[in-house]
Amino acid sequence: MTLDTNSCGCAGPAPVSGPGFWKSGGWLLAALPAWIALYLGLKPMADWLAFHAFGLQPGSRLGEAVAFFVYDGPKVLMLLGAVVLGVSFVQTFISPERTRDLLAKHTGAWSNLLAAVLGIATPFCSCSAVPLFIGFVRVGVPLGATFSFLVSAPMVNEVALFLLLSLFGWRIALLYTVTGVAVAFVSGWIIGKLRMEKHLEPWVLDIPFEASTATGGPRGFSVRLELALQATKDIVGKVWPYILIGIAVGAFLHGYAPAELLARFMGKSAWWSVPLAVLVGVPLYANAAGIIPIVQVLLAKGAALGTALAFMMAVTGLSLPETVILRKVMRPVLLATFLGIVAVGIVLVGFLFNVLM
Amino acid sequence: MKIEVLGSGCAKCKLLAERAEEAARGLGTEFTLVKVTEYPDIVARGVMSTPGLVVDGVVKSQGHVPTVAAIRELLR
Repeated sequence: MTLDTNSCGCAGPAPVSGPGFWKSGGWLLAALPAWIALYLGLKPMADWLAFHAFGLQPGSRLGEAVAFFVYDGPKVLMLLGAVVLGVSFVQTFISPERTRDLLAKHTGAWSNLLAAVLGIATPFCSCSAVPLFIGFVRVGVPLGATFSFLVSAPMVNEVALFLLLSLFGWRIALLYTVTGVAVAFVSGWIIGKLRMEKHLEPWVLDIPFEASTATGGPRGFSVRLELALQATKDIVGKVWPYILIGIAVGAFLHGYAPAELLARFMGKSAWWSVPLAVLVGVPLYANAAGIIPIVQVLLAKGAALGTALAFMMAVTGLSLPETVILRKVMRPVLLATFLGIVAVGIVLVGFLFNVLM
Repeated sequence: MKIEVLGSGCAKCKLLAERAEEAARGLGTEFTLVKVTEYPDIVARGVMSTPGLVVDGVVKSQGHVPTVAAIRELLR
Protein backbone atom coordinates (compact mmCIF):
# COMPACT_ATOMS: atom_id res chain seq x y z
CA MET A 1 0.00 0.00 0.00
CA THR A 2 1.37 3.36 -0.90
CA LEU A 3 -1.92 5.15 -0.41
CA ASP A 4 -1.51 5.71 3.24
CA THR A 5 1.89 7.32 3.14
CA ASN A 6 0.48 10.81 3.09
CA SER A 7 -3.00 10.25 4.34
CA CYS A 8 -2.42 10.14 8.03
CA GLY A 9 -0.22 11.18 10.86
CA CYS A 10 1.34 7.77 10.98
CA ALA A 11 3.14 8.24 7.70
CA GLY A 12 6.26 9.79 9.06
CA PRO A 13 8.81 7.79 10.95
CA ALA A 14 8.00 7.58 14.60
CA PRO A 15 11.19 6.60 16.26
CA VAL A 16 10.88 6.27 19.97
CA SER A 17 14.39 6.43 21.17
CA GLY A 18 16.83 8.53 23.07
CA PRO A 19 16.41 9.95 26.52
CA GLY A 20 15.09 7.91 29.39
CA PHE A 21 12.75 9.06 32.12
CA TRP A 22 15.00 11.50 33.98
CA LYS A 23 16.61 12.95 30.96
CA SER A 24 13.37 13.65 29.11
CA GLY A 25 11.61 14.61 32.33
CA GLY A 26 14.40 17.04 33.17
CA TRP A 27 14.30 18.44 29.70
CA LEU A 28 10.59 19.18 30.13
CA LEU A 29 11.09 20.83 33.51
CA ALA A 30 13.63 23.19 32.00
CA ALA A 31 11.59 23.75 28.86
CA LEU A 32 8.40 24.80 30.60
CA PRO A 33 9.63 28.09 32.15
CA ALA A 34 11.51 28.86 28.93
CA TRP A 35 8.35 28.25 26.93
CA ILE A 36 6.29 30.57 29.16
CA ALA A 37 8.93 33.31 29.14
CA LEU A 38 9.23 33.15 25.37
CA TYR A 39 5.47 33.16 24.92
CA LEU A 40 5.00 36.20 27.14
CA GLY A 41 7.81 37.98 25.33
CA LEU A 42 6.45 37.35 21.84
CA LYS A 43 4.43 40.53 21.50
CA PRO A 44 7.19 43.01 22.49
CA MET A 45 9.71 41.02 20.44
CA ALA A 46 7.45 41.08 17.38
CA ASP A 47 6.85 44.81 17.71
CA TRP A 48 10.54 45.44 18.15
CA LEU A 49 11.35 43.31 15.12
CA ALA A 50 8.76 44.95 12.86
CA PHE A 51 9.02 48.57 13.92
CA HIS A 52 12.62 48.78 15.09
CA ALA A 53 14.75 46.17 13.37
CA PHE A 54 12.86 46.39 10.06
CA GLY A 55 12.17 50.09 10.59
CA LEU A 56 8.55 49.88 9.50
CA GLN A 57 6.00 52.51 10.46
CA PRO A 58 3.55 51.55 13.24
CA GLY A 59 0.03 51.95 11.89
CA SER A 60 1.11 51.54 8.26
CA ARG A 61 -0.36 48.66 6.26
CA LEU A 62 2.94 46.93 5.69
CA GLY A 63 4.10 47.52 9.26
CA GLU A 64 0.95 46.09 10.77
CA ALA A 65 0.95 43.11 8.40
CA VAL A 66 4.56 42.25 9.27
CA ALA A 67 3.98 42.78 12.99
CA PHE A 68 0.94 40.52 12.78
CA PHE A 69 2.92 37.79 11.04
CA VAL A 70 6.00 37.80 13.28
CA TYR A 71 3.72 37.73 16.34
CA ASP A 72 1.01 35.32 15.22
CA GLY A 73 3.27 32.78 13.46
CA PRO A 74 5.45 31.86 16.44
CA LYS A 75 2.46 32.16 18.79
CA VAL A 76 0.35 29.62 16.91
CA LEU A 77 3.29 27.23 16.48
CA MET A 78 4.19 27.41 20.17
CA LEU A 79 0.61 26.79 21.22
CA LEU A 80 0.26 23.97 18.71
CA GLY A 81 3.39 22.29 20.04
CA ALA A 82 2.21 22.52 23.65
CA VAL A 83 -1.30 21.32 22.86
CA VAL A 84 -0.20 18.42 20.67
CA LEU A 85 2.28 17.31 23.33
CA GLY A 86 -0.40 17.31 26.01
CA VAL A 87 -3.02 15.64 23.84
CA SER A 88 -0.60 13.02 22.53
CA PHE A 89 0.38 12.14 26.07
CA VAL A 90 -3.26 11.73 27.10
CA GLN A 91 -3.93 9.71 23.94
CA THR A 92 -1.41 7.07 24.97
CA PHE A 93 -4.01 6.11 27.57
CA ILE A 94 -6.81 5.81 25.02
CA SER A 95 -6.58 2.84 22.73
CA PRO A 96 -8.93 1.92 19.90
CA GLU A 97 -9.38 -1.40 21.70
CA ARG A 98 -10.87 0.31 24.73
CA THR A 99 -13.11 2.48 22.58
CA ARG A 100 -14.25 -0.65 20.78
CA ASP A 101 -15.04 -2.54 23.99
CA LEU A 102 -16.99 0.43 25.30
CA LEU A 103 -18.99 0.69 22.08
CA ALA A 104 -19.73 -3.03 21.94
CA LYS A 105 -21.73 -2.66 25.14
CA HIS A 106 -24.19 -0.25 23.58
CA THR A 107 -26.81 -0.39 20.88
CA GLY A 108 -29.15 1.97 19.05
CA ALA A 109 -28.76 5.71 18.66
CA TRP A 110 -26.77 5.92 21.89
CA SER A 111 -23.98 3.80 20.39
CA ASN A 112 -23.81 6.17 17.41
CA LEU A 113 -23.53 9.24 19.60
CA LEU A 114 -20.90 7.62 21.78
CA ALA A 115 -18.91 6.50 18.73
CA ALA A 116 -19.04 10.00 17.21
CA VAL A 117 -17.81 11.59 20.45
CA LEU A 118 -15.11 8.99 21.14
CA GLY A 119 -13.91 9.47 17.57
CA ILE A 120 -12.65 12.92 18.56
CA ALA A 121 -10.19 11.64 21.15
CA THR A 122 -9.26 8.14 20.00
CA PRO A 123 -6.02 8.00 18.07
CA PHE A 124 -6.84 6.94 14.53
CA CYS A 125 -4.82 6.49 11.42
CA SER A 126 -6.33 5.60 8.08
CA CYS A 127 -3.71 2.91 7.45
CA SER A 128 -5.35 0.99 10.33
CA ALA A 129 -8.86 1.59 9.00
CA VAL A 130 -9.43 -1.96 7.73
CA PRO A 131 -8.24 -3.94 10.78
CA LEU A 132 -10.08 -1.44 12.94
CA PHE A 133 -13.29 -1.78 10.97
CA ILE A 134 -13.19 -5.58 11.19
CA GLY A 135 -12.21 -5.49 14.84
CA PHE A 136 -15.17 -3.26 15.65
CA VAL A 137 -17.73 -5.23 13.66
CA ARG A 138 -16.56 -8.65 14.79
CA VAL A 139 -16.72 -7.99 18.52
CA GLY A 140 -20.26 -6.71 18.18
CA VAL A 141 -20.03 -2.97 17.76
CA PRO A 142 -23.15 -2.11 15.70
CA LEU A 143 -22.32 -1.40 12.04
CA GLY A 144 -23.87 2.05 12.31
CA ALA A 145 -21.72 2.95 15.32
CA THR A 146 -18.62 1.75 13.47
CA PHE A 147 -19.45 4.19 10.69
CA SER A 148 -20.09 7.01 13.13
CA PHE A 149 -16.58 6.41 14.44
CA LEU A 150 -15.05 6.24 10.96
CA VAL A 151 -16.58 9.60 10.03
CA SER A 152 -15.80 11.43 13.24
CA ALA A 153 -12.24 10.20 13.85
CA PRO A 154 -10.49 11.90 10.90
CA MET A 155 -12.87 14.86 10.64
CA VAL A 156 -12.96 16.09 14.22
CA ASN A 157 -9.63 15.80 15.96
CA GLU A 158 -7.52 17.76 18.37
CA VAL A 159 -5.31 19.41 15.76
CA ALA A 160 -8.32 20.62 13.76
CA LEU A 161 -10.00 21.95 16.87
CA PHE A 162 -6.91 23.71 18.06
CA LEU A 163 -6.20 25.37 14.73
CA LEU A 164 -9.79 26.51 14.30
CA LEU A 165 -9.70 27.86 17.82
CA SER A 166 -6.49 29.81 17.39
CA LEU A 167 -7.18 31.13 13.89
CA PHE A 168 -10.95 31.66 13.86
CA GLY A 169 -11.97 31.79 17.51
CA TRP A 170 -13.96 29.51 19.79
CA ARG A 171 -17.29 30.05 18.08
CA ILE A 172 -16.25 28.51 14.77
CA ALA A 173 -14.25 25.77 16.55
CA LEU A 174 -17.31 24.84 18.58
CA LEU A 175 -19.63 24.97 15.57
CA TYR A 176 -17.30 22.73 13.59
CA THR A 177 -17.03 20.21 16.43
CA VAL A 178 -20.72 20.04 17.19
CA THR A 179 -21.82 19.77 13.57
CA GLY A 180 -18.99 17.34 12.72
CA VAL A 181 -20.09 15.06 15.55
CA ALA A 182 -23.72 15.51 14.43
CA VAL A 183 -22.92 14.47 10.84
CA ALA A 184 -21.03 11.40 12.13
CA PHE A 185 -23.83 10.56 14.56
CA VAL A 186 -26.71 10.87 12.09
CA SER A 187 -25.04 9.26 9.09
CA GLY A 188 -23.95 6.25 11.19
CA TRP A 189 -27.43 6.01 12.65
CA ILE A 190 -29.05 5.96 9.20
CA ILE A 191 -26.62 3.31 7.95
CA GLY A 192 -27.49 1.24 11.02
CA LYS A 193 -31.20 1.60 10.28
CA LEU A 194 -30.69 0.51 6.69
CA ARG A 195 -29.38 -2.87 7.94
CA MET A 196 -26.60 -3.12 5.41
CA GLU A 197 -24.61 -5.93 7.02
CA LYS A 198 -25.19 -8.10 3.94
CA HIS A 199 -23.27 -5.57 1.87
CA LEU A 200 -20.04 -6.18 3.71
CA GLU A 201 -17.47 -8.21 1.84
CA PRO A 202 -18.11 -11.78 3.05
CA TRP A 203 -14.56 -12.32 4.27
CA VAL A 204 -15.05 -9.62 6.89
CA LEU A 205 -17.43 -11.84 8.80
CA ASP A 206 -16.01 -15.22 7.77
CA ILE A 207 -12.30 -15.09 8.35
CA PRO A 208 -10.80 -16.49 11.51
CA PHE A 209 -10.74 -13.69 13.97
CA GLU A 210 -9.29 -13.12 17.36
CA ALA A 211 -10.49 -10.18 19.41
CA SER A 212 -7.40 -8.20 20.25
CA THR A 213 -7.06 -6.96 23.75
CA ALA A 214 -5.74 -3.61 24.85
CA THR A 215 -2.45 -5.27 25.77
CA GLY A 216 0.65 -4.24 23.93
CA GLY A 217 -0.06 -0.55 24.21
CA PRO A 218 2.49 1.84 25.62
CA ARG A 219 3.21 1.49 29.32
CA GLY A 220 5.01 3.67 31.83
CA PHE A 221 5.53 7.41 32.06
CA SER A 222 8.80 7.53 30.15
CA VAL A 223 7.45 5.53 27.22
CA ARG A 224 4.31 7.68 27.05
CA LEU A 225 6.32 10.88 27.20
CA GLU A 226 8.65 9.72 24.46
CA LEU A 227 5.72 8.75 22.26
CA ALA A 228 4.08 12.13 22.91
CA LEU A 229 7.30 14.00 22.10
CA GLN A 230 7.70 12.02 18.93
CA ALA A 231 4.10 12.64 17.88
CA THR A 232 4.60 16.36 18.53
CA LYS A 233 7.74 16.39 16.42
CA ASP A 234 5.95 14.53 13.63
CA ILE A 235 2.82 16.68 13.61
CA VAL A 236 4.40 20.08 14.10
CA GLY A 237 7.19 19.15 11.70
CA LYS A 238 4.63 18.33 9.07
CA VAL A 239 2.15 21.16 9.47
CA TRP A 240 4.28 24.23 10.25
CA PRO A 241 4.72 25.33 6.63
CA TYR A 242 0.93 25.22 6.09
CA ILE A 243 0.29 27.20 9.21
CA LEU A 244 2.87 29.86 8.36
CA ILE A 245 1.49 30.16 4.82
CA GLY A 246 -2.00 30.48 6.26
CA ILE A 247 -0.94 33.20 8.66
CA ALA A 248 1.08 34.99 6.00
CA VAL A 249 -1.97 35.07 3.76
CA GLY A 250 -4.06 36.24 6.69
CA ALA A 251 -1.54 38.97 7.47
CA PHE A 252 -1.46 40.08 3.85
CA LEU A 253 -5.24 40.15 3.60
CA HIS A 254 -5.26 42.30 6.73
CA GLY A 255 -5.04 45.37 4.62
CA TYR A 256 -4.44 44.57 0.99
CA ALA A 257 -6.70 42.18 -0.89
CA PRO A 258 -10.25 42.96 -1.98
CA ALA A 259 -12.46 40.98 0.36
CA GLU A 260 -15.25 40.42 -2.13
CA LEU A 261 -13.34 38.33 -4.64
CA LEU A 262 -15.11 35.06 -3.92
CA ALA A 263 -18.36 36.48 -2.67
CA ARG A 264 -20.14 35.95 -5.96
CA PHE A 265 -19.19 32.29 -6.25
CA MET A 266 -18.98 31.21 -2.65
CA GLY A 267 -21.11 33.77 -0.88
CA LYS A 268 -24.45 33.15 0.76
CA SER A 269 -26.46 34.12 -2.30
CA ALA A 270 -24.98 31.32 -4.41
CA TRP A 271 -26.84 28.37 -2.88
CA TRP A 272 -25.22 25.86 -5.22
CA SER A 273 -21.79 26.72 -3.88
CA VAL A 274 -22.27 24.38 -0.90
CA PRO A 275 -22.89 21.16 -2.86
CA LEU A 276 -20.18 22.24 -5.27
CA ALA A 277 -17.68 22.74 -2.45
CA VAL A 278 -18.49 19.26 -1.11
CA LEU A 279 -18.25 17.71 -4.57
CA VAL A 280 -14.84 19.26 -5.05
CA GLY A 281 -13.75 18.42 -1.50
CA VAL A 282 -14.63 14.71 -1.34
CA PRO A 283 -11.98 13.34 -3.72
CA LEU A 284 -9.33 15.68 -2.33
CA TYR A 285 -7.38 14.61 0.65
CA ALA A 286 -5.61 16.77 3.14
CA ASN A 287 -5.46 16.66 6.88
CA ALA A 288 -6.96 19.42 8.95
CA ALA A 289 -3.72 21.35 9.19
CA GLY A 290 -3.32 21.44 5.44
CA ILE A 291 -6.84 22.58 4.71
CA ILE A 292 -7.28 25.27 7.34
CA PRO A 293 -5.06 27.88 5.63
CA ILE A 294 -7.16 27.41 2.50
CA VAL A 295 -10.32 27.86 4.53
CA GLN A 296 -8.80 31.03 5.93
CA VAL A 297 -8.28 32.38 2.43
CA LEU A 298 -11.79 31.41 1.34
CA LEU A 299 -13.35 33.15 4.33
CA ALA A 300 -11.21 36.25 3.99
CA LYS A 301 -12.12 36.60 0.34
CA GLY A 302 -15.83 36.54 0.91
CA ALA A 303 -16.84 32.87 0.97
CA ALA A 304 -19.76 32.14 3.27
CA LEU A 305 -18.90 30.35 6.52
CA GLY A 306 -21.14 27.35 5.77
CA THR A 307 -19.56 26.87 2.37
CA ALA A 308 -16.04 27.02 3.79
CA LEU A 309 -16.77 24.63 6.68
CA ALA A 310 -18.54 22.18 4.37
CA PHE A 311 -15.48 22.21 2.14
CA MET A 312 -13.22 21.48 5.11
CA MET A 313 -15.42 18.64 6.34
CA ALA A 314 -15.59 17.08 2.89
CA VAL A 315 -11.81 17.19 2.47
CA THR A 316 -10.95 15.79 5.91
CA GLY A 317 -13.87 13.41 6.45
CA LEU A 318 -14.09 11.72 3.08
CA SER A 319 -11.27 10.99 0.72
CA LEU A 320 -10.36 8.92 -2.29
CA PRO A 321 -7.54 6.98 -0.59
CA GLU A 322 -9.77 6.03 2.32
CA THR A 323 -12.53 4.99 -0.08
CA VAL A 324 -10.12 2.69 -1.89
CA ILE A 325 -9.01 1.18 1.41
CA LEU A 326 -12.58 0.70 2.65
CA ARG A 327 -13.60 -0.96 -0.62
CA LYS A 328 -11.71 -4.02 0.65
CA VAL A 329 -14.27 -4.53 3.39
CA MET A 330 -17.50 -3.26 1.88
CA ARG A 331 -19.34 -3.77 -1.37
CA PRO A 332 -19.96 -0.86 -3.73
CA VAL A 333 -23.58 -0.43 -2.58
CA LEU A 334 -22.56 0.10 1.03
CA LEU A 335 -19.59 2.26 0.09
CA ALA A 336 -21.76 4.47 -2.10
CA THR A 337 -24.44 4.70 0.58
CA PHE A 338 -21.82 5.69 3.13
CA LEU A 339 -20.27 8.37 0.89
CA GLY A 340 -23.69 9.63 -0.18
CA ILE A 341 -25.13 9.98 3.31
CA VAL A 342 -22.07 11.69 4.73
CA ALA A 343 -21.83 14.05 1.74
CA VAL A 344 -25.50 14.99 2.04
CA GLY A 345 -25.03 15.54 5.78
CA ILE A 346 -22.12 17.90 5.13
CA VAL A 347 -24.11 19.81 2.52
CA LEU A 348 -26.97 20.25 5.01
CA VAL A 349 -24.51 21.58 7.61
CA GLY A 350 -23.22 24.06 5.04
CA PHE A 351 -26.74 25.27 4.24
CA LEU A 352 -27.60 25.52 7.92
CA PHE A 353 -24.64 27.82 8.63
CA ASN A 354 -25.27 29.94 5.60
CA VAL A 355 -28.86 30.47 6.70
CA LEU A 356 -28.08 31.02 10.38
CA MET A 357 -24.98 33.18 10.29
CA MET B 1 11.74 -17.57 17.95
CA LYS B 2 9.25 -16.38 15.38
CA ILE B 3 8.81 -12.62 15.11
CA GLU B 4 5.95 -11.22 13.06
CA VAL B 5 5.55 -7.54 12.19
CA LEU B 6 1.96 -6.70 11.31
CA GLY B 7 1.00 -3.77 9.13
CA SER B 8 -0.09 -2.87 5.63
CA GLY B 9 3.24 -1.31 4.82
CA CYS B 10 3.24 2.26 6.10
CA ALA B 11 6.41 3.90 7.35
CA LYS B 12 5.82 2.91 10.97
CA CYS B 13 5.56 -0.77 10.07
CA LYS B 14 8.89 -0.68 8.24
CA LEU B 15 10.50 1.05 11.19
CA LEU B 16 9.13 -1.57 13.58
CA ALA B 17 10.54 -4.37 11.39
CA GLU B 18 13.98 -2.73 11.40
CA ARG B 19 13.98 -2.30 15.14
CA ALA B 20 12.69 -5.80 15.81
CA GLU B 21 15.50 -7.20 13.71
CA GLU B 22 18.11 -5.12 15.52
CA ALA B 23 16.73 -6.12 18.91
CA ALA B 24 16.62 -9.80 17.97
CA ARG B 25 20.20 -9.75 16.68
CA GLY B 26 21.30 -8.18 19.94
CA LEU B 27 19.88 -11.12 21.84
CA GLY B 28 21.91 -13.60 19.84
CA THR B 29 19.18 -16.23 19.66
CA GLU B 30 17.88 -17.83 16.50
CA PHE B 31 14.91 -16.06 15.00
CA THR B 32 12.84 -15.64 11.88
CA LEU B 33 11.23 -12.33 11.03
CA VAL B 34 8.12 -12.19 8.88
CA LYS B 35 6.21 -9.16 7.68
CA VAL B 36 2.48 -9.75 7.71
CA THR B 37 0.89 -7.30 5.31
CA GLU B 38 -2.44 -8.83 4.27
CA TYR B 39 -5.45 -7.61 6.21
CA PRO B 40 -7.02 -11.06 6.83
CA ASP B 41 -3.74 -12.28 8.30
CA ILE B 42 -3.39 -9.21 10.50
CA VAL B 43 -6.92 -9.54 11.81
CA ALA B 44 -6.52 -13.27 12.41
CA ARG B 45 -3.64 -12.53 14.79
CA GLY B 46 -5.81 -10.35 16.96
CA VAL B 47 -4.34 -6.97 16.10
CA MET B 48 -6.53 -3.96 15.40
CA SER B 49 -4.10 -1.06 15.52
CA THR B 50 -1.05 -1.42 13.33
CA PRO B 51 1.88 -1.68 13.51
CA GLY B 52 1.79 -4.80 15.64
CA LEU B 53 4.53 -7.03 17.00
CA VAL B 54 3.76 -10.71 17.52
CA VAL B 55 6.29 -13.07 19.02
CA ASP B 56 5.65 -16.83 18.87
CA GLY B 57 1.95 -16.15 18.40
CA VAL B 58 1.63 -13.68 21.30
CA VAL B 59 0.76 -10.01 20.67
CA LYS B 60 3.55 -8.00 22.29
CA SER B 61 2.88 -4.48 21.09
CA GLN B 62 0.41 -2.69 18.85
CA GLY B 63 -0.43 0.80 17.70
CA HIS B 64 3.03 2.24 18.32
CA VAL B 65 6.70 1.60 17.65
CA PRO B 66 8.66 0.72 20.81
CA THR B 67 12.38 1.45 21.17
CA VAL B 68 14.94 -1.20 20.36
CA ALA B 69 15.60 -1.60 24.09
CA ALA B 70 11.89 -2.04 24.78
CA ILE B 71 11.56 -4.59 21.99
CA ARG B 72 14.51 -6.51 23.43
CA GLU B 73 12.60 -6.78 26.72
CA LEU B 74 9.49 -7.93 24.83
CA LEU B 75 11.49 -10.64 23.07
CA ARG B 76 12.99 -12.15 26.22
